[in-house]
Amino acid sequence: MNQEKPDTNNIFVIKKDSLAGLFENITKAGYEMIGPKLKDGTICLDKITSLDDLPVGITDNQEPAQYRTKQSKSDTSLFSYVVGPHSPKRYVFPPRHQLWQINRVNGDQQIIAQPLPKTKLAFIGIRPCDLAALKITDRVFKGGKYTDAHYTEGRANNFILAVNCVKPGGTCFCTSVGTGPKAKGDFDLCLTEVYSEAEHFFILETGTKLGSKMISGVTTKPASKAKLKQADKLLKAAEKNMGRQLETDNLQQLIYDGANRVNWEEVGLKCLSCTNCTMVCPTCFCTSLEDTTDLRGTTAVRTRVWDSCFNEDYSYMHGGNVRSSSRARYRHWISHKLAGWVDQFGTLGCVGCGRCITWCPVGIDITEEVVSLKKRIATKKAEATAKER
Amino acid sequence: MENVISPTKQSEPHSEMTPRLHTVQSLTHETRDTFTIELTPTDGGKPNRFAPGQFNMLYAFGVGEVPISISGDPDKPDRLIHTIREVGTVTKALAHLRVGSTIGVRGPYGTPWPIDKAKGNDLVIIAGGIGLAPLRPVLYSILSDRRKYGQVVLLYGTRSPSELLFRKELQKWRARFDLEVKITVDRAVDPWQGNVGVVTTLIPRVSFDPDQTTAMLCGPEVMMRFSIMELRKSGIPEENLFVSMERNMKCGCGLCGHCQCGPLFVCQDGPVFPYPQVKKLMNIREM
Ligand SMILES: Cc1cc2nc3c(=O)[nH]c(=O)nc-3n(C[C@H](O)[C@H](O)[C@H](O)COP(=O)(O)OP(=O)(O)OC[C@H]3O[C@@H](n4cnc5c(N)ncnc54)[C@H](O)[C@@H]3O)c2cc1C
Ligand code: SF4
Ligand code: FES
Repeated sequence: MNQEKPDTNNIFVIKKDSLAGLFENITKAGYEMIGPKLKDGTICLDKITSLDDLPVGITDNQEPAQYRTKQSKSDTSLFSYVVGPHSPKRYVFPPRHQLWQINRVNGDQQIIAQPLPKTKLAFIGIRPCDLAALKITDRVFKGGKYTDAHYTEGRANNFILAVNCVKPGGTCFCTSVGTGPKAKGDFDLCLTEVYSEAEHFFILETGTKLGSKMISGVTTKPASKAKLKQADKLLKAAEKNMGRQLETDNLQQLIYDGANRVNWEEVGLKCLSCTNCTMVCPTCFCTSLEDTTDLRGTTAVRTRVWDSCFNEDYSYMHGGNVRSSSRARYRHWISHKLAGWVDQFGTLGCVGCGRCITWCPVGIDITEEVVSLKKRIATKKAEATAKER
Repeated sequence: MENVISPTKQSEPHSEMTPRLHTVQSLTHETRDTFTIELTPTDGGKPNRFAPGQFNMLYAFGVGEVPISISGDPDKPDRLIHTIREVGTVTKALAHLRVGSTIGVRGPYGTPWPIDKAKGNDLVIIAGGIGLAPLRPVLYSILSDRRKYGQVVLLYGTRSPSELLFRKELQKWRARFDLEVKITVDRAVDPWQGNVGVVTTLIPRVSFDPDQTTAMLCGPEVMMRFSIMELRKSGIPEENLFVSMERNMKCGCGLCGHCQCGPLFVCQDGPVFPYPQVKKLMNIREM
């Protein structure tokens, strides 16, 4: 996808039914569409082929350790929920991915590398936080000295139809980290859904030439000022409706201060090291490698699999684990997200999607942990000054 | 087959995680559990050039891949040399290799020892156990350019006399007038006549000009911490101390996350670090 500046003259209005034409164009252009789909009561990202695959009239309720979707018969809106456990990460950076295999032939060994992905993926209904997350994983996998060829190739062939969030969830805090609720570029097309009992339409913004090409024959109707205003009003309101807030002032310093100065016992006792937070996080990128052989020992396969810093053997070195306690693992995780990432990649590792809060089985809340850390450091400092006196 | 990686196609984008096959030319036992292997690329080309302190990811067929420092001479580029201690799954598989066996090699990765920066200075090299392996290339380089350095001291400690690596070379090095070699063991066993005690006890017994000394340390983290305390006592400034760190590594090239220590990727920002860069981190538990 090209990263051109959105052209404000290219804002259209489109009816729900016309989206079908857009989907057709995307498919005709050779893309496989990945979009939101209701599965087991959860909004997942899955292969979709038409408008009919999208969930209709679904709202979600997200709180720490809680996720529920609700279906309303009278509601015909398409995007009244926010993100589920899946993010585009799983498609550009799959949970399991074969890297290569070695064949033993007459005593010789031959390495056969996995071909680069050929499928062109179109992400449908991607939220601003996940767009930001893709930008971050781009830095991780394409921005350094060594690059991930599979990721790079996959990303080069993406088409993105984003959706702005007018109904933020209970664990969302994208405004705190500046990633939403309105996408600021990095999309080919972007929709804002305006839905009420009286009317239902979408504002459609094009972000790239490819995006403009994709809407040919679908809409040419510029959005009227009144309609634009309606959408803007919803987005403004959304900014005020975030379920959570993250205090970002001096955050990096706070985290580094906290690493050795204060106690992490409380969160360590709660955390189960279940890895859920890292699996649903759209930017967590840790992997491990699996080696397998066939029964005759003539073929060995190497597979890259998602890993988590909460796993027992993640930091294993002969003789023991560097971080054997959950306390140390949680500290490592939050420190990486909110501080280490800034040093490594020049950006926070958190996009405010709230997934780690929703899907943590014990409801550990990253935003609350920051508040608690601040308090612990303040107490520690107060104690130190008291002692000096 | 179109996806077979040929040696000339090493620069192919998807080859970063793909090893280059090497053939074992020799396997020599250094001690009961440590061995040195010499490798040449199976494709007939030369091994990738390296700088002292860098490491490779060595892959044993179907078993796994581990980070191992290069222990050979950077000026002898025909053979790739690694010295490996057998501790677990992969290193055991590597120990069972025979001459002619094939293994996979990716690398070299990581930062080198500051050999050029140390020119003109005295040099204190401190190694514990297998930690001598990544420092051997430093000694090779320095000895081939000996006049460029002041005093050169090697302090080496192992648990017992039977665990000393590179015995023949140690003997040769000890016989040189331009190199001071001191060796100690934690536990003496007959007929050991040398020093007994941890490697830190050797530091006050050698002479160097603290303001003009570069120190390079490799060994268990505790050993490095205590050695640094001792070196600081003798007056070497912090920024002249260099340590090699160890962490679990899966990719070796900044993509898998495993090796992190605070904000550092040990595989890419290290393994060799100027001490001030890791000082705080080394003192935090479970970092
Ligand atoms: C930069 C670097 C350079 C090294 N250089 C040498 C060397 O020159 N010679 C040498 O003998 N050893 C060296 N090591 C240590 C060596 O990598 C481990 O001994 C080896 O990984 C153990 O693997 P294993 O499968 O035999 O052990 P197991 O105990 O079965 O370990 C299982 C897995 O855990 C990981 N692991 C275990 N221990 C370590 C460790 N210490 N460091 C990193 N990952 C580990 C590996 O992925 C390993 O496959 C180095 C380590 C690092 C990080
Ligand atoms: S913070 Fe929550 S989700 Fe993450 S590992 Fe701990 S218990 Fe699991
Ligand atoms: S070993 Fe993979 S990031 Fe360092």
